[in-house]
Amino acid sequence: MSAIDPIARSAFKPPVRASSALGTLAQNARYVFAENKLTLVAVVILVLLVVLAILGPWLAPYDPLATDGTARLAPPTLKHWFGTDALGRDMMSRVVVATRLDLGMAVSAVALSFTVGLALGASGGYFGGWLERGLGRVMDTIMAFPLFVLAMGIVAALGNNVLNIVIATMIINLPFYYRFARGEVNIRRDMGYVEAARMGGNSPMRALMHHIVPNILPPMMVQASLNMGWAILNAAGLSYIGLGVRAPTPEWGIMVSEGASNIISGEWWTFMFPGAALVLAVFSFNLLGDGLRDLLDPRRRT
Amino acid sequence: MIAVPSGRVDTALADVVTAHSDSRPQLVVESLSLDFKARHGTVSALEDVSLTVQRGEIVGVVGESGSGKSVMAYTVMGLVDPAARIRAGRITFGGTDLLKSSEAEMAEIRGRELAMIFQSPRTALNPIRKVGLQIEDVLRRHAAIRSQDLRRHAIQALERVRIPDPERRFDAYPFELSGGMCQRVMIAMALACSPAMLIADEPTTGLDVTTQAVIMDLIRDLSRSARMSTLLITHDLGLAGEYCDRIAVMHAGHVVEFAATETLLREPAHPYTQQLLAATPTPRSSVSTLTSIPGQLPDLRGNLPVCRFRHRCERALPLCDEPPLPWTRISADHVVRCRNPL
Amino acid sequence: MKKPIEAAPSAQRVNESDKLPVAAVVDPKKPPLLSVNKLFKLYPVGPRRKGAMLHAVDDVQLDIASGECVGLVGESGCGKSTLARLLARLIDPSSGQIVFDGHDLTAMTAERFVRSPERARIQVVFQDPTESLNPAFRVFDAIADPLRRLFGIKDAPELDRRVHEAADVVGLPAELVVRYPHQLSGGQRARVGIARAIVVEPSLLILDEPTSALDVSVQAVILRLLADLRDRLSMSYLFVSHDLNVVRLLCERIVVMYLGRVIEVATAEELFTAPRHPYTQALIAAIPDPARRGEQRLRLEGSPTSPIDPDPDRCRFYGRCPQGSDRCVSASPALRTVGRGHLVACHFA
Repeated sequence: MSAIDPIARSAFKPPVRASSALGTLAQNARYVFAENKLTLVAVVILVLLVVLAILGPWLAPYDPLATDGTARLAPPTLKHWFGTDALGRDMMSRVVVATRLDLGMAVSAVALSFTVGLALGASGGYFGGWLERGLGRVMDTIMAFPLFVLAMGIVAALGNNVLNIVIATMIINLPFYYRFARGEVNIRRDMGYVEAARMGGNSPMRALMHHIVPNILPPMMVQASLNMGWAILNAAGLSYIGLGVRAPTPEWGIMVSEGASNIISGEWWTFMFPGAALVLAVFSFNLLGDGLRDLLDPRRRT
Repeated sequence: MIAVPSGRVDTALADVVTAHSDSRPQLVVESLSLDFKARHGTVSALEDVSLTVQRGEIVGVVGESGSGKSVMAYTVMGLVDPAARIRAGRITFGGTDLLKSSEAEMAEIRGRELAMIFQSPRTALNPIRKVGLQIEDVLRRHAAIRSQDLRRHAIQALERVRIPDPERRFDAYPFELSGGMCQRVMIAMALACSPAMLIADEPTTGLDVTTQAVIMDLIRDLSRSARMSTLLITHDLGLAGEYCDRIAVMHAGHVVEFAATETLLREPAHPYTQQLLAATPTPRSSVSTLTSIPGQLPDLRGNLPVCRFRHRCERALPLCDEPPLPWTRISADHVVRCRNPL
Repeated sequence: MKKPIEAAPSAQRVNESDKLPVAAVVDPKKPPLLSVNKLFKLYPVGPRRKGAMLHAVDDVQLDIASGECVGLVGESGCGKSTLARLLARLIDPSSGQIVFDGHDLTAMTAERFVRSPERARIQVVFQDPTESLNPAFRVFDAIADPLRRLFGIKDAPELDRRVHEAADVVGLPAELVVRYPHQLSGGQRARVGIARAIVVEPSLLILDEPTSALDVSVQAVILRLLADLRDRLSMSYLFVSHDLNVVRLLCERIVVMYLGRVIEVATAEELFTAPRHPYTQALIAAIPDPARRGEQRLRLEGSPTSPIDPDPDRCRFYGRCPQGSDRCVSASPALRTVGRGHLVACHFA
């Protein structure tokens, strides 16, 4: 029980300078970045990754698929900044071009799970009854499996391609969003403003969509950002074990897998750089998640 | 009326004390000033707060949200937020200077000599421990009782707070008890070691009015029979009016008036007290007689006027802006912090 | 440094209520605006096969005349909140009738009622302005939403006009209409809640503890505002509260509930000066009164008995009541008239 609360409530009105939503967002952004340099770092890295994802093929110095028998397993030099792999392909070009695929898979999977999980979870949490019980059982079934094994199974059953990696990642991620959305809607279901919305002529569906959901989006987006890192690892992991992405497509997971056989022989550049790219992406998304929490909901800033 | 410079408030209050009775006070808070360092600046939560509590007396501290009444209570107990800085002042409890005491010394005093009960009794108790055992914990820590006697003493404590069927209730968990029962348990815990003073922070807010009456009667009766001093923190002036011997009114971190209850209610000297009385619904008021207090609480960060009620006061004079804001003694048991009292 | 928002202009406006008549004169010959008959709300508890039912609202009979202000008091668990929600048609009764201005509201479910034209005529002001305003909505949207949904108004200038008119009537400064709830003070949020309820011009306003979360000084302002609005907009009020002093200020008649039943109905004056039911007497005696310092007052010990499957042939208050006889356990007392407009459910009254 903090003794500061009675004072805080009356004395702490955040400075109101902007009255538009965008203005408030920019103001909060400036504030959060000033307080937390790490968030700024994370955003910069992510922006860089997005740029690489979009412009990768044009920025890469070499064709990622071009092999060169004479320059196999060459260590990093000025000619090849990240060295070359077992087939003489330039590592840096491959890592850069792979950004699009890895980020793309993760973003699609998370976006899908987020939307479907939100829709199902919000409905279950609000309407309850058979709907909630049924959906709950479905989600429990998914969670009963070791998730990665389930993903493996789904890809193996549906076919070995990128789309199926996305679908598998989406399915194993679904319960997480479902539960979160359901919990958040449950908290708000009996609040005064929802009853007021019903008094004001909103049907239950409208009350849910227009009045409750906008309030749960900020915490859900924080979860999505934190989840993104995991989704990248998941997609990379499936490719690592040979499901999904096939050679010679450049993708971080498959590159780590190809380079892993070189651990003993010492050609560290074949697995280290794609591994580092994975670490960087996951790390930045996690930092972003923390920063997002502060950015989107100023009242919850700690 | 004698104006006393604020640094000498202990003299003014000491006069009040000796006029009232011939025993030394149990608690003396002198010129307490406290700040919170916060993100947007420094919050001046308390400034030059002074009051006394005699032995066996019930003193009420009345104020609205943001007045600092809870902060003061927590400071006395030594439980205030780590972000707080005490700028000035002294708190003397039964001869001991609390602000100069170490954490170990405070831990000894808390529970044995000085106890506190809180709002929301069900959340203030440990939800996964039987209530009887929680009382035993207090006894074990502070009283020299043999282990085999602990249960007996705990049941006696439950009896003292008039809980029916105390042997059975010993084994109850907080969620099995009503709000009123939980508050009784908390009082039992607080009084287990017969402390010299009880601080009650909004003990009946959230309870039904019939339960509130019973709990307040209990506190009053126990206070009288054990000659225990009580500091009652509340926002309800009517409640303080019925149960307290003296009342201190707080506004924005200041004690603005401190007087015997009847005097305060009949002849308030501070404009805020008068307006607070006029705004409180009683069985005798009507909607048209109910007044409101203009303006809002001043922002406790940044530059504050010398008198924090100044911008809401109809009686403000240019003199009110001159520092320091003095204490004025109206009579033997009535002090007010105002340049232009009623 | 930012100056705090001044509430002074609105306080001055409310002073005008001193010049208006205190309450609308109630015409006894007109049919009541709201008529409640044998209303029950039961909730199943525990295992389904045992069939135990919690009697939240038990055989309630109540009338509210047009322009009248009726107070509904009782302690936690007495069913007043449930009754308020039933009358607001947020939930469906288990049985019984609610007749509003000639329309039988119980003829359709709460879901269907949302689309009926009567929906706008009964509105609620909720407790705790912090929880009753959507944090994601600006004040403007919060007030405009019922207009959009119930009246289908899409025209932006029309919405603007009506919202600002409602804000004006409740004394909310126009510059605050673009703010979010967390940027307002407690009193300002309370005003927004009231504006939202009255913008659709209801005939019956149900107020569920509208001032219990507010400081005393702010409460005074809001109460005067409510008194002012009642006269200006000729609304009936159902004022639910646990604070008897507050209820007495605004209400002409007060209904006292205990464990789901109505146990006393009287004018505010008479309830306070001459309560007849032992529970009401204890309730009045429990109000803190500085004038009665040190007196030994009538006190009620214990807690209410269980509202689950109560014995129909037994007074609910028996056991906790300072009085009691064999009659109390053989027949449940019915509400009967003991004076002009004064009804009591007690064998002894």
